[in-house]
Amino acid sequence: MELSRILTQALAELIAPTTAAIALAAIGLNLHFGFTGLLNMGQAGFMLLGAYGFGIATISGAPFWLALLISLAAGALFALILGAPTLQLRGDYLAIVTISAAEIIRMLGRATVFQEYTGGAAGLTGGSFKSTFQELSFLPAPPERGAFGPLEYVFTGSDSWWTRLFAWAVVLIAVVFVWLLTRSPWGRVLKGIREDEDAVRALGKNVFSYKMQALVLGGMCGSLAGMLYVLPRSVAPDAMGRSLTFFAWTVLLLGGAATLFGPVLGSMLFYAVYMLLRAGMREGLEGVVSATMVEQIGGLLVGVTLMLLVIFRPQGILGNKKELAFDAR
Amino acid sequence: MPDETTENKVTEVSDVPEATDVPESTVEALDTVERSDTEAAKAAEHVLAAVEPTVGVSKPDPILVVDDVQRRFGGMTAVDVDHLEVQRGVITALIGPNGAGKTTFFNLLTGFDKPNQGSWAFEGKPLGGVSAAKVARNGMVRTFQLTKALSRLTVLQNMLLAAMGNPGENLFGSLVKPLWAGTEKKNTEKALEILARFKLDAKKDDFAGSLSGGQRKLLEMARALMTDPTMIMLDEPMAGVNPALVQSLLHHIQALRDDGMTVLFVEHDMHAVRHISDWVVVMAEGKIVAEGPPKSVMQDQAVVDAYLGAHHDTDLGDDSLLDPAVLARLEAEEEKR
Ligand SMILES: Nc1ncnc2c1ncn2[C@@H]1O[C@H](COP(=O)(O)OP(=O)(O)OP(=O)(O)O)[C@@H](O)[C@H]1O
Ligand SMILES: [Mg+2]
Repeated sequence: MELSRILTQALAELIAPTTAAIALAAIGLNLHFGFTGLLNMGQAGFMLLGAYGFGIATISGAPFWLALLISLAAGALFALILGAPTLQLRGDYLAIVTISAAEIIRMLGRATVFQEYTGGAAGLTGGSFKSTFQELSFLPAPPERGAFGPLEYVFTGSDSWWTRLFAWAVVLIAVVFVWLLTRSPWGRVLKGIREDEDAVRALGKNVFSYKMQALVLGGMCGSLAGMLYVLPRSVAPDAMGRSLTFFAWTVLLLGGAATLFGPVLGSMLFYAVYMLLRAGMREGLEGVVSATMVEQIGGLLVGVTLMLLVIFRPQGILGNKKELAFDAR
Repeated sequence: MPDETTENKVTEVSDVPEATDVPESTVEALDTVERSDTEAAKAAEHVLAAVEPTVGVSKPDPILVVDDVQRRFGGMTAVDVDHLEVQRGVITALIGPNGAGKTTFFNLLTGFDKPNQGSWAFEGKPLGGVSAAKVARNGMVRTFQLTKALSRLTVLQNMLLAAMGNPGENLFGSLVKPLWAGTEKKNTEKALEILARFKLDAKKDDFAGSLSGGQRKLLEMARALMTDPTMIMLDEPMAGVNPALVQSLLHHIQALRDDGMTVLFVEHDMHAVRHISDWVVVMAEGKIVAEGPPKSVMQDQAVVDAYLGAHHDTDLGDDSLLDPAVLARLEAEEEKR
C-alpha cells in the first residue's frame, strides 16, 4: 500500500544520519543563540568547513580520528576568526559577518583555484574519504544487511546502520556535554550574557571571553555536524549553503531554543514531517505537479513554518512560554 | 514553580518590622529613619568634620581620586570634573539636577564609557582604560539607574551569578560538579541571607523578569553585594521603591558603611540624602559645584541655584519643598524674574 510506504519513509527519516547531523548543528546553534544570545546565521559555513576538513584530511592520508580532530579544529578556528572582530560589537554584527563568511567558504570551495583539494563545484566524491570511517565499523561487513521493523539497511557502508549508529552516538555525547555545561555556573554566566551583557560585565565577568567560548564550542558542534552530514553522501559545496543554515534554525526553534532536547526532537520532527509532505505530494498530486516542483514547494513550506514558529510559538515545543513572556527586547 | 509569578505588588510591606504604621509618604518614612549611631557612623562624621567643605578638597583617606575627567558628547560637555576625592568607609551622596552628568560620571569611573581625557585611581591603582569587568573585580561595583535584572534567570540565579571566584565558571571546571558544588552551596547560603535582608527571599525561585520595578532595584543592589565590593556605587537605589522599603533600604546602606564598605550613591530625594549621607557632592552641568556635609551643603547658594534657579534662599533640605503649593510658588516667582 502507498500509505504504508510513505509512513515507512517518514519513519526512516527519524533515525537518518542527516537528521542526526542537523540535530548536532542545531545543538551548536542552541549554545550560540539559546544559551548565549549570539546570532550565528552561517552554521552551514561551519558545517561545510568541517566536511572539507574531514574529507581533505582523510584523502591526504590522515587516520579517522585525526581527520575528525582536524574537522573540529576547522570549526574552532573559523569561530575565532569570526568572533574576534564582532563579539565586542552589538549582536547584529555577528549575524551579518557569519552569513557572509559562510557564503565565502562555499565560494572558495567551488573556486577553481583550490580545485586540487576541494574538487571545485563537483566537490569530493563519497568514495574518496569514507573508507577510514567504514573500516572502523564493528558491524558485519557488506553486503550483509539487517532489518529493524520495516527499516532495512546494509550494516556497513554509506547509507548503513553503522553510519546511523555513529551519528546518533555523537549526538548523544553532544547532548550530555551540553547538559553538563548548561547546568553549571559557566552555563549560568552564558544565560546572564543572553539577558543583559552589561549587567554581567558589571559583576566582573569577562563577557567577551565567555561569548568566544560559546561561539567556538557551538562552531565545533557545527563542523562535526558537517562531517556527519557528508558521511552518507559526497561533499558538495552547493548542497551546504544558506538553506542548510535555515533548516538548522527551523529545527532549533521548532524543538525549543535553550532546552536540552529541543534540537534533537526538532530535527526528528522536522525531517519526518518534511518527508511526509514531499512523499505525500508526490503520491497524491502525481501528474499535477512535477518532482522538482514538489521539492520547491517543500522548501517554501519550510520557510513558512519558520515564520509561523517565530510568530506564534517562539518558545518551540519544549520551551517554557513563561520564560519568553518577559523578554522585553 | 509558584504560580504567583505574574503578581506585581510588593507584598513585603507588612513584614517590615520597624513599621508598625506603614508610612504614607517618603517624608514620613524618613522621619523614622535615625542616623545610625554606630562607631563607624560617628567616626565618619568626626573625620569629615575636619574637612573643609570646598570643591576638590582633599580627604584624609581617599579610596577614589579623580583628576581632570572630561566626557563630551558632540559639542556638549556632559562631565567635567577637575578633582574629586571620595573618603574611604563613608557614605558619599552625589546629587544634582537631571542631566547633570551623574550617570555619565558613574559610567566613566566603572569602565562602561571612555572619557575624552582624565585619570582616576581606586585604592591607589589607576583605573583609566580598564575594562568594566576588571573594575568590578578590583572591588568597585555599581548598579544601574535603569535596572538590569537578568529576566530569564531566577532571583537566586541572579545572586549566584554575581559571586566572584567560582571554579565552576571556568569552562573545564564546569564539567566536573564536585569542583564547584561546595562553592555553590556556600554562595547559596550567602545569597539567601542577603535576599532575606532585602525581603526578596520568598521570591528566590521566581524569574527576575516577574519582579516589580522596585523589587528589581532591590535585587540589583543585593546582587552587587554578592560580589563583596570594597566600594559600591548605587545609581538612584531608592527610585521606585515604596516608602516602607525605602526606610529599610536606608538602614541597609548605613549598615554597609558600618561594615566598612565605601558607598557612593546618586539620589534625587534630598531627605534621604540628608538622613544617611556623611558627605555630599553636588554636580550641575557636568561640573562639581559644591561638596560638604549634608546639612550645610544644601544651604550652599551654588546648590540652591543649580536646583531652583538663581536667587532663592531656601534650604534644599527643607521639608516644605515637598509641598506642591510651595514649589508652584517658587516656580511662579522664578518665571516673574
Ligand atoms: N550616550 C549619550 N549620547 C549623547 N548624550 C548623552 C549620552 N549620555 C548622556 N548624555 C547627555 O549627558 C548629559 C548627562 O546625562 P546623565 O545621564 O549623566 O545625567 P544624570 O545626571 O544622570 O541625570 P538624571 O538625574 O536624570 O539621571 C545629558 O544632557 C545627556 O543628554
Ligand atoms: Mg542618571
